Amino acid sequence: MSQPFPFSAIVGQAAMKQAMVLTAIDPGIGGVLVFGDRGTGKSTAVRALAALLPEILAVEGCPVNSARVQDVPEWAGVKSGKMIKRPTPVIDLPLGATEDRVVGALDIERALTRGEKAFEPGLLARANRGYLYIDEVNLLEDHIVDLLLDVAQSGENVVEREGLSIRHAARFVLVGSGNPEEGELRPQLLDRFGLSVEVASPRDIETRVEVMRRRDAYENDNAAFMKKWRAKDSALRKAILVARAALPGLKTPGVVLHDCAALCIALGSDGLRGELTLLRAGRAQAAFEGAGVVTRGHLRSVAASALGHRLRRDPLDEAGSGARVARTIAEVLP
Amino acid sequence: MTKPLSPWGRVEAALAMLAVDPAGVKGLWLRARSGPVRDVVTQALPVARRIHPVIDDVALFGGVDLAATLAAGQLRRSMGILSGAEPLVLTMAERCPPALAARLSRWLDESGPCLVALDEGAEAEEVLAPALADRLGLFLDLGELAYSDIGALVLPAEQIAAARRRLAGVVLPAGALESLTTVALAMGIASLRAPLLALAVARALAAWRGEAVASDDTLRHSAELTLAHRGDLPEVAEDQDSAPPPPEPGEAEEPQTPQSDRIPDEILLEAVRAALPADLLARLAAGKAARAAKGSGGTGAARKGNHRGRPLPPRPGVPGSGKRIDLVATLRAAAPWQPLRRHAPDAVRLEIRASDLRLKRYQETSDRVLIFAVDASGSSALSRLAEAKGAIELLLAQAYARRDHVALIAFRGLAAELLLPPTRSLVQTKRRLSGLPGGGGTPLAAGLRMAFDLGLQTRARGMTPTIALLTDGRGNIALDGSANRVEAEADALRLSRLICAAAIPALVLDIASRPQAALQRLAASLGAAYVPLPRADAHRLSGVLQSALGA
Repeated sequence: MSQPFPFSAIVGQAAMKQAMVLTAIDPGIGGVLVFGDRGTGKSTAVRALAALLPEILAVEGCPVNSARVQDVPEWAGVKSGKMIKRPTPVIDLPLGATEDRVVGALDIERALTRGEKAFEPGLLARANRGYLYIDEVNLLEDHIVDLLLDVAQSGENVVEREGLSIRHAARFVLVGSGNPEEGELRPQLLDRFGLSVEVASPRDIETRVEVMRRRDAYENDNAAFMKKWRAKDSALRKAILVARAALPGLKTPGVVLHDCAALCIALGSDGLRGELTLLRAGRAQAAFEGAGVVTRGHLRSVAASALGHRLRRDPLDEAGSGARVARTIAEVLP
Repeated sequence: MTKPLSPWGRVEAALAMLAVDPAGVKGLWLRARSGPVRDVVTQALPVARRIHPVIDDVALFGGVDLAATLAAGQLRRSMGILSGAEPLVLTMAERCPPALAARLSRWLDESGPCLVALDEGAEAEEVLAPALADRLGLFLDLGELAYSDIGALVLPAEQIAAARRRLAGVVLPAGALESLTTVALAMGIASLRAPLLALAVARALAAWRGEAVASDDTLRHSAELTLAHRGDLPEVAEDQDSAPPPPEPGEAEEPQTPQSDRIPDEILLEAVRAALPADLLARLAAGKAARAAKGSGGTGAARKGNHRGRPLPPRPGVPGSGKRIDLVATLRAAAPWQPLRRHAPDAVRLEIRASDLRLKRYQETSDRVLIFAVDASGSSALSRLAEAKGAIELLLAQAYARRDHVALIAFRGLAAELLLPPTRSLVQTKRRLSGLPGGGGTPLAAGLRMAFDLGLQTRARGMTPTIALLTDGRGNIALDGSANRVEAEADALRLSRLICAAAIPALVLDIASRPQAALQRLAASLGAAYVPLPRADAHRLSGVLQSALGA
């Protein structure tokens, strides 16, 4: 399909859209996990995000999208020092992808036909400075998950195999989606996602009809539909760029830090990653809203997605962690 | 009043739509055993490439054609099936692994015209992967059709071409979108793809029938073909309060609402519900549940992978789709032929042919954990506890061969206690088991809860848990510690459903002197085998366990 569905035209799913915009503002938040039923627009949103993101400046022909000429890895053999604009990479990591395809491997064709020892970069190389999207992340094989955890933490992909010894930068934002009915995610991987949102199909007729109407227009009257939404998409892109620029100058009062800690203690989330992500997400939200100072309101609006997946699971709590977070927020941050 | 389609009429309509607008209806899920009826249908399908569930990535996406590359001495690439714009037929679709389903789903979402999934599932748990089932517009079940019911399937090419020309001009009546959405929601279909596909199907069907505006019949038939199989079980009693209130006398003079010109939602809903045999929905639902509950039984899932584990001898083959080349073995296979293959006497280059390639293989077994949840209450005779201990020790004695771990949870009094954390040490087990006390109430739910938690923990560590519950089933202590028989049973059932949903295989051993109905219910909701063992000794117990677990 030539043009993906416009991001702003997605009906509802405010939490999912908010989380994706926040990671676009501050990639350091560390990725989004979207869990929910089939046909709720998870993959549509990710593909739409790809079209929404601003372009990046990268060295021409560099397999890892380096921002500076001196960052280009030696093995790539890139001659030109020209910088070109390219869209932010959004790379799909399909289920059942092999280790070779993910981290890269010996280039068998060159080895066999020319007798050269060359490295064939994998998906992690292509995802550098962009997004790595894993659909059905909960069905991913364990050894690939281990690989991802390692790389996501260090920001560097180290390949030591088949006589190759290669390393390259691999900083990317993980975006995962899945259907919780088909399997749980390992807590270690769960923790690596900065934000997690649960999406559900809208239950009221009006919203559903609106979804259908827009999708139908997208498929049957594409040109007019895209034209109608292009303006909104580019306004959102501008807002993201403005927020990115505003992020470093943002003030964070001590009382907000205190709030973060108090909330995490009350929820009993493991580790300190919860506090840090909550703060980053709160700052990004404040920047997006154009506020100069982070407030309690910003924290409140991002707390559910930043903390919901970090709680100890209670198998008998049928309401889910979302309700628990909401309850605690109401108590701790009145 | 509209009429439903006859079973054969459904088949004809589905195939016609597939021919008219393959990219819109996205495909067909054809559930049928191989036979003459299916043959008639498959012959009428549009020209398509056939793929099978174990197809590899190189065949799907294209890659280096190794044999041609080696023969020519320069790079030759093969075209992937998914890069073409042809429709695909997936045979034996019920065996389609999730990885392939994910790839095909993406292909359907992005570029693929359509996919016909031939599902030959015989058992309830053999159904098409849900990711694909959600994306294919049409569904046909040929199980009810006899050969005598069917006629000739002729779809004249000129008629199809004419329908295609009409397709762009087809208009759906006002409110069609709303009523299809309403019906889908009322049927409990959460996915929004379903009503969208129903719209596309309605357009195609209207074009095929030569209608400029889709008629009520067309709408109804497209809902039958696309929505009926997706719903939850029909709940006829649910819409009591949605019945329209009796009209107020004052409103009677007003003109009728504009809704009267289209088919009422209720009628459409009823039509869709009536479209399929009731037991088919039940079977599909059972299949979904079974798919979720399908744990890895047997001796801790043994997998022949290509990545880790104990190395197996390399075998000839072509690398790709996760198979890694074994360089040493490849060179060894090529070495004897070098003098023969060298054309020039002073050539140094190695001559490697495709037939020399050897692939790495590994075998990996994940450890199994057998979690015993043993009833140590006063009602379970003390002797049974001794038998359970004996069985555990017998199993452990053979554990080294099968890499089994064993854990023991005893529940008595008010709570459950983890007596033996997962271990393979026979010595430790004997020491801990010697002091197993008995007596008190039966906190069955607490025992199940601890078994569940332990199962999840061990799974997180990469092991395959199996729960063996030994009890006489008279649970009388609820989770909160109160002695309330009703609540205790409700708690136990709730937990059993959780265990079933987490796909932890289980086994219920009834050690009461006569079989307990309550325990059979519990086993059913656990998705577990139920084995009554009124007079078992340790040897018989361990025998039963081993055979039930397929050890």
